[in-house]
Amino acid sequence: MREKILAIIEKNSRIDLADLAAMLGESEAAVANEIADMEQENIICGYHTLINWEKTGDEKVVALIEVKVTPQRDQGFDSLAERIYQYSEVESVYLMSGAYDLTVILEGKTLREVAQFVSNKLAPLDSVLSTATHFVLKKYKDHGTIMCDRHEDERMLITP
Amino acid sequence: MRNPLSDTIVNIPPSGIRRFFDIVSEMDGAISLGVGEPDFDTPWPIRDAGIESLKKGRTFYTSNAGLKDLKIEICKYINRRFQVAYDFRNEVMVTVGGSEAIDIALRAMLDPGDEVLIPQPSYVSYVPCTVLAGGVPVTIQLEEKDRFRLTKEKLLEKITPKTKILILPFPNNPTGSIMEKEDLEAIAEVIREHDLYVISDEIYCELTYSGKHATIAACPGMRERTVLINGFSKSYAMTGWRLGYACAPEIILKQMLKIHQFAIMCAPTTSQYAAIEALREGDADVARMRESYDQRRRFLVKSLRDMGFDCYEPQGAFYVFPSIKRFGMTSDEFALRLLEEEKVAVVPGTAFGDCGEGYLRISYAYSLRDLKRALARIERFVARLDGKEQ
Repeated sequence: MREKILAIIEKNSRIDLADLAAMLGESEAAVANEIADMEQENIICGYHTLINWEKTGDEKVVALIEVKVTPQRDQGFDSLAERIYQYSEVESVYLMSGAYDLTVILEGKTLREVAQFVSNKLAPLDSVLSTATHFVLKKYKDHGTIMCDRHEDERMLITP
Repeated sequence: MRNPLSDTIVNIPPSGIRRFFDIVSEMDGAISLGVGEPDFDTPWPIRDAGIESLKKGRTFYTSNAGLKDLKIEICKYINRRFQVAYDFRNEVMVTVGGSEAIDIALRAMLDPGDEVLIPQPSYVSYVPCTVLAGGVPVTIQLEEKDRFRLTKEKLLEKITPKTKILILPFPNNPTGSIMEKEDLEAIAEVIREHDLYVISDEIYCELTYSGKHATIAACPGMRERTVLINGFSKSYAMTGWRLGYACAPEIILKQMLKIHQFAIMCAPTTSQYAAIEALREGDADVARMRESYDQRRRFLVKSLRDMGFDCYEPQGAFYVFPSIKRFGMTSDEFALRLLEEEKVAVVPGTAFGDCGEGYLRISYAYSLRDLKRALARIERFVARLDGKEQ
């Protein structure tokens, strides 16, 4: 049941408990318990809203930063990652395979704000060797959802 | 001036669905649970394969029976999924939807006066196609008490010396019923004893939820008596591509191919290239869509039952077929009033045969959001009928 609950609420975390239970053929109590357990176990870490900020008046700048680092003795990448992810403007931090080590996704209000974070906070960290900052120009698809306008149901109303 | 028309065609009544469609189309703001096609887009890799074939200029006719690679993939698929082996060289042909296959199978097999057994409620084309092929349609009325499955007894009742073909429309549109292996074995025995043939329309074969679809062609001695019809419309959400196929013993397929060759030439080339991709790489997409239909099926059945509908639990396709007998209205009246009063379109059961009286076909090829929107209106309508003004 867990896998199915997760598959559904990953796409629609606002679904009614009653609907979810009906779709899975389970009782509401059983589904509610399962969700509570998964929250407890930190399998479900949060419920977010996918927003197309371009359509709001808010200016937002999103940057993806490639970071090369020297891993620290005994701690590998974890302690450096922690020092980075503690900043509230940092949206995501991933450890990567390949040409660089960490991907840091950053959200700022302006280009300058992002640039300042990189030059003042990220680059000076002891084990950071280099950074490469890429600004996001347009989000086409995010979290499995296509951001442009949804298309209408073009099917005929009645078909055999 | 002479009458330009054929009596045969003029005497065939138009599809009951068509009539209802005309009423719905006139209405502003109607929301529909009346479609018989998936709400999903064709999975992207399949669309991409079609586009790629166009880019490469593959825009010519294919051979009459279809692309060799596609025929090979179809045979592999049927063998893998349903354990029947067909020779891609002379036992499979690609058609313009399953619909064409139904038509040409009947035309290839019927002589005037031959009787065709057609279980109903079922898809709208079997009766008219039988008539057009010179056959005589004989309907078998399926019942909810049998879970809308065809039983040996019901079949035996309608067999006469003139009976030649049984149409087997499972998983079934509109009831959502299926036939499992044991059900089919009982039918196969009768078919063999009475020396009949079967046209098995398995277009919804990938969409079963509880219970497992089986093909009668896999029953002993039935491969040579069966025309197996299938297609890409429902399984892969490819209705507009118009692509189906038929598998049959060479002796039948050869004559079907003759009709196809003169009437159609070949199925659309772009669609055939897309279909190869569907059969090679489409399993995960099929599973994803099936799971989604299954969730909506459970949701819809529960919601309708909660409203007080007597609702048979469908095991396949993407329809529920609730009874409205307790409201004391005909299916037509119910559907019409629901449309006029709440602007929700569903299809009266009678569109699928007289024995569909007392039922509605409600499709769940809709998002949860659309279903909920329509269900709220149906609930209000039912509450009014029950005298519980809302």
